[in-house]
Amino acid sequence: MSPESVNRRQLPVFLRNVRIGFGGRLIQDEMTFTIEDGEFIAVLGPNGAGKTTLLKLLLGLIRPEAGEVLVFGRRPSRGNPKIGYAPQFRTLDANFAVRARDLVGFGLDGHRWGPGFPSRKRRRLVDAALEEVRASEYAEAAVGELSGGEKQRLSLAQVLIANPGLVLLDEPLANLDIASALEIVSLVGGLCASRKVAVMLVTHDINPLLQHVDRVVYMANARSAIGAPETVITRETLSSLYNHPVEVVEAMGKKFVLGVET
Amino acid sequence: MLGELCSSQIMAHAFIGGAIVSVVAGSVGYFLVLRAQAFVAEAFTDIGFAGATGAALLGVGSLVGMIVFSLLAAAGLGMLGKRVRGRDVEVGMVLSFALGLGVLFLSIYSRTSGSHAMSGINILFGSMLTINSTDILAALATCATALGALAILYRPLLFASVDPAGAEARGVPMRALSAAFLAIVALTTAACVLLVGILLTASLLIAPAAAAVNLTNRPARAIALSVAAAVGVTWVGLILTFAGTIRHLPAGFYISALAALTYTASLLLRKRLRPVRAFERAHLDRETG
Repeated sequence: MSPESVNRRQLPVFLRNVRIGFGGRLIQDEMTFTIEDGEFIAVLGPNGAGKTTLLKLLLGLIRPEAGEVLVFGRRPSRGNPKIGYAPQFRTLDANFAVRARDLVGFGLDGHRWGPGFPSRKRRRLVDAALEEVRASEYAEAAVGELSGGEKQRLSLAQVLIANPGLVLLDEPLANLDIASALEIVSLVGGLCASRKVAVMLVTHDINPLLQHVDRVVYMANARSAIGAPETVITRETLSSLYNHPVEVVEAMGKKFVLGVET
Repeated sequence: MLGELCSSQIMAHAFIGGAIVSVVAGSVGYFLVLRAQAFVAEAFTDIGFAGATGAALLGVGSLVGMIVFSLLAAAGLGMLGKRVRGRDVEVGMVLSFALGLGVLFLSIYSRTSGSHAMSGINILFGSMLTINSTDILAALATCATALGALAILYRPLLFASVDPAGAEARGVPMRALSAAFLAIVALTTAACVLLVGILLTASLLIAPAAAAVNLTNRPARAIALSVAAAVGVTWVGLILTFAGTIRHLPAGFYISALAALTYTASLLLRKRLRPVRAFERAHLDRETG
């Protein structure tokens, strides 16, 4: 093996010829790509294409049926401290019982046993995480009082406070209005650059991300394509991926994929 | 007059026992409220009733019976899934079955032993005024165990109760945590039933904690408030009971009434606190957004 390829195996994500199945159904086959430090990747594709399943694979919650999966040079394992994961469908129960800063603090030591006592250092870390996602002004507010976009920022801060090298965000833009979605995306883009953290963001709509992402992974029809948005989201690539004619229309600086369900 | 009250050993026992139970009920209750498991707490009190009457039938201590029964029920409920949220049907069935068992044990006991069903009455309504030092020691040991376990689970339990998806993503063992918490609830209700009876335990577990959650969004502060409210309600209830000795209204009435009153007061206070904050937020949004 060449030294270069050994090096590539240490990257945040290294997938080679990976096949994923779920309940006897083939979800993805022949997935091969790597993700580098500080890269901002959008994960796109129709429902059931395996976007969330891909995240689960990296989290060690499911095993590949074939191929090689490495996260920072190691086989995926549950509770990997190098991965920060913000799940979809977050229900924040007892919304008025905790403040924004409590929710962020959970990311630091919420999984540890014992009562945990407040300290200046802990407070500083929480403050810094809130600052980083520009949520300082509502640090003391009850979570239930916050908007969807504000809660997404907290979710991000909760993940970042643990200093992960790879962040997996599952549909963070769902149910957000366009302005909030754009804010979250530019925030994440900035974090990739400033922290050198790799981010995989699952989304249905590429448009809020077009200006910010480095590459997209497009999953459909048990296959995938990876590359810059302008090379992947094209009539040729998507038609071959879906195996039927697909049209990509550009209008008002946005891309619209026609002929498929997104 | 208060000096007179406290000089009596019965009263001293009642105050001490009530305080021990209230501290644990207030703390455990906070998590029951966060996890929307008030109904589960209710079920555990009925399970405790079956345990206590069953123990009387076998001639063992009622606390032992209650603990064994409630821990069994906790294991059963724990097997249902990660969380016992929205499991109304299962919990309701366990509850009524346990109550039925309790009635059966009680009727056999009172028939065979020929005694009046006094012990049953004590279990139902509590025996605040007949607490002896053995009861207090037993309750203290049980409550200390429950409180110690709760302290160990505190951070992951809070995380899992408020943000289950986030906690699971961070590697919190949800199922084990849920089962462990149910065991804590089991111990707590057993101790509570011993001192304040089945009918009262739920009011002491739920009302102070629910009131505290209405008044603050800081977890540690909420627990402190909840404990203070539980102890306060119990002690004021006892004082009223002893003060009105001639009429002899049961302590249970005062305590449950005060608990309900505390919760109602917290609702009214919250209505005055919350809309202002919500308005401020909305206003801020408009300015910055």
